[in-house]
Amino acid sequence: MSPSGVESIEFGAIRLTLELAGLTTVLLLLLGTPLAWWLARTRSALKGPVGAVVALPLVLPPSVLGFYLLVAMGPHGPLGKLTQALGLGTLPFTFPGLVVASVLYSMPFVVQPLQNAFSAIPERLLEASATLRAGPLDTFFNVAVPLARPGFLTATVLGFAHTVGEFGVVLMIGGNIPDKTRVVSVQIYDHVEALEYAQAHWLAGGMLLFSFLVLLALYTLNPGGVRRP
Amino acid sequence: MIEARLALRHPGFALDVDLVLPGRGITAVCGASGAGKTTLLRVVAGLEKRADGVLRIDGEAWQDSAAGVFVPPHRRALGMVFQDAALFPHLSVRDNLAFGQRRMRGAGRAPETAPVIELLGIGHLLERRPEKLSGGEQQRVAIARALLTGPRLLLMDEPLAALDERRKAELLPWLDRLHDELEIPLLYVSHSLPEVARLADHLVVLDGGRTLATGPLGEVLPRLDLPLSRDEDAFVVIDASVGEYDGAYALARLDFAGGALWATSAPRAPGSRVRVRIQARDVSLAHAPQQSSIMNSVATRIVDFKPQEPGRILARLDAGGTPLLARLTRKSAELLGVAPGMAIYAQIKSVALLD
Repeated sequence: MSPSGVESIEFGAIRLTLELAGLTTVLLLLLGTPLAWWLARTRSALKGPVGAVVALPLVLPPSVLGFYLLVAMGPHGPLGKLTQALGLGTLPFTFPGLVVASVLYSMPFVVQPLQNAFSAIPERLLEASATLRAGPLDTFFNVAVPLARPGFLTATVLGFAHTVGEFGVVLMIGGNIPDKTRVVSVQIYDHVEALEYAQAHWLAGGMLLFSFLVLLALYTLNPGGVRRP
Repeated sequence: MIEARLALRHPGFALDVDLVLPGRGITAVCGASGAGKTTLLRVVAGLEKRADGVLRIDGEAWQDSAAGVFVPPHRRALGMVFQDAALFPHLSVRDNLAFGQRRMRGAGRAPETAPVIELLGIGHLLERRPEKLSGGEQQRVAIARALLTGPRLLLMDEPLAALDERRKAELLPWLDRLHDELEIPLLYVSHSLPEVARLADHLVVLDGGRTLATGPLGEVLPRLDLPLSRDEDAFVVIDASVGEYDGAYALARLDFAGGALWATSAPRAPGSRVRVRIQARDVSLAHAPQQSSIMNSVATRIVDFKPQEPGRILARLDAGGTPLLARLTRKSAELLGVAPGMAIYAQIKSVALLD
C-alpha cells in the first residue's frame, strides 16, 4: 500500500467517524431532549421501564445490542420490513444503519445528563414562569433549557465522544466497508490484525488524545455539573 | 370582586372553600400550617389542575368545572409572589422584570416600568443577578415582576416567611406602600398575626381546608369563636385618625368611632389615618374611670365573654360600635360581675401604632 493510499484510508475513516458522531449527536439531542424532559417530570408508571430501557446500553455487551439490531433491521425484522416498504432497502452494512445503531447505543450518554439537569430545576421556577404568562413551550425554551445548559454541554460532549469511541456495535451492524462503515475504531482493529502497528499507533494515539481533550474540556468548562439556582 | 367556590382533594387533605372577596385591598389568608392556605392560593393561580369548582374575577370565569372551563395559569391575569421569590437565576433583575411584561401580548393595561421600579425601590438593582440580592431585595423584585404583568389579582405566599427579622422589617414598609397604592386585590397568605394586623383589610381564616371565618379585619379579629382568640397575643385592630398631636409629651390623640386614645408617637399630622393594634391582655375592666398611670379609659358595653384556661376569660366589648377584646382572670370577672350587656370602662394600657 502506498503512503498516499494509507493516508486516504485513514482520513476516510476519520471523516466517517466524525460524520457518524456528529449526525448521531444531533439526532440524539433532538430525540433525547423531549425524552429526558418527560423522564424528569413525569409521574407516570412508565417512567421506570422507559428509564431502564434507555440505560440498557450502559450494561449490555455491544454484541447483544448489535445482534438484536441486526435481526430487527434485517429483511425479516420489523424495522427491515418497514424500511423496505418505504423503498429504502435494508439498513445493515450501510451508513444510515450505523447511525440508527449509534443513536440507540449512545442514548443514555445524552438522555441521562439532560434528565439530571431538568430534574434539578425547581418546580417553583416553572410555575413562576406560568404565572408570568409563559405557556408550556415558552417555559421550556426560555426557562428550562437555559437553566439546563450545563446538562446540554455534558450531553453533547459525551454523546459525541461515546459515538466516536464505539466499536462492537459498529462492527456488527456496519461491517467493515471502507468509506461507508469503516470508522476509526474498526480501522485500528484492522491495523492490529494486519500487524501494522505504526499505523495503529498513529490512530490509537490520536483517539487517546482526542478523548482526553474532550473530557478535559468538559471538566474545565463545566466544573459544577448542573448549576443549581 | 372575587368569587371562589373551590375544592381539591389530595390523599389526607381536602380543601373546600366558598368565598366572596372584595375587589380591592389586602385579603389575608391565615390559619395554622396545613390549613390549606398555600393550596388555596395555588388553586386560584390555576397551578392545581385537579381542583374543582368555580372561580370568577369581576365576573370573568377563570374556572368553572361544571361548564368545562379551566383557564391555564399563563392565561390568567394574575401575579404571584412565591415564598422564596422564585427569580430566574439565569436572568438579570432587568430581564426578570421584562419576562412577564414582554409576554402580555398587548393585552391592554400594560403598566409603566418606571413607577413600579420606583414603588419598590429597585432601580439600583437592575443589572444584578438574583443571587447577588438579599432576601428582601429578591422579594421586592419578585413583587415588581408580578406587578409588571398588569395583573387583575396579586397573590403572595408568605413573602416574609423566608426572611430573618431584620429583612422582614426592611420589606414591611414596601408592603405598606403597596397597600396604599395598589388598585387591585391582593391575596396574602400568612401565618403571622402581626403581619396580618399591619397589612390586611379583610381576613379569611382557614382550618383543615375549610373556611372558619371571612370578613373585614375589624369584624373577624374580635370574634370569640375562632382559634385566633385563643392566641396569647389576641388583639383587635382599629382604624383611627389623628385628632391632635401634643409635642410636649410626644402624644397623639387617635379618634375612632367609639372614643379617643392617647398614644406616644413620632409627630403626626392631624387628620392622618393610622392603624392601631390593641392586645386583649393590655385591656382591663373597671366600673368607673380611675386615676391611674393608665391614660386610656373608654366607655364600653360587654357583648359576650368566653372562659379560657387556665382561670381566665376573654370578653368582647363594644365601644360605640368598635369592638375591643379584654382578657382578665375569672376571679376578677366574678368580682366585677361581668355579664353581657353590662356597661363598663375598658382601661387600655398599651396601644401599638402599626406603621
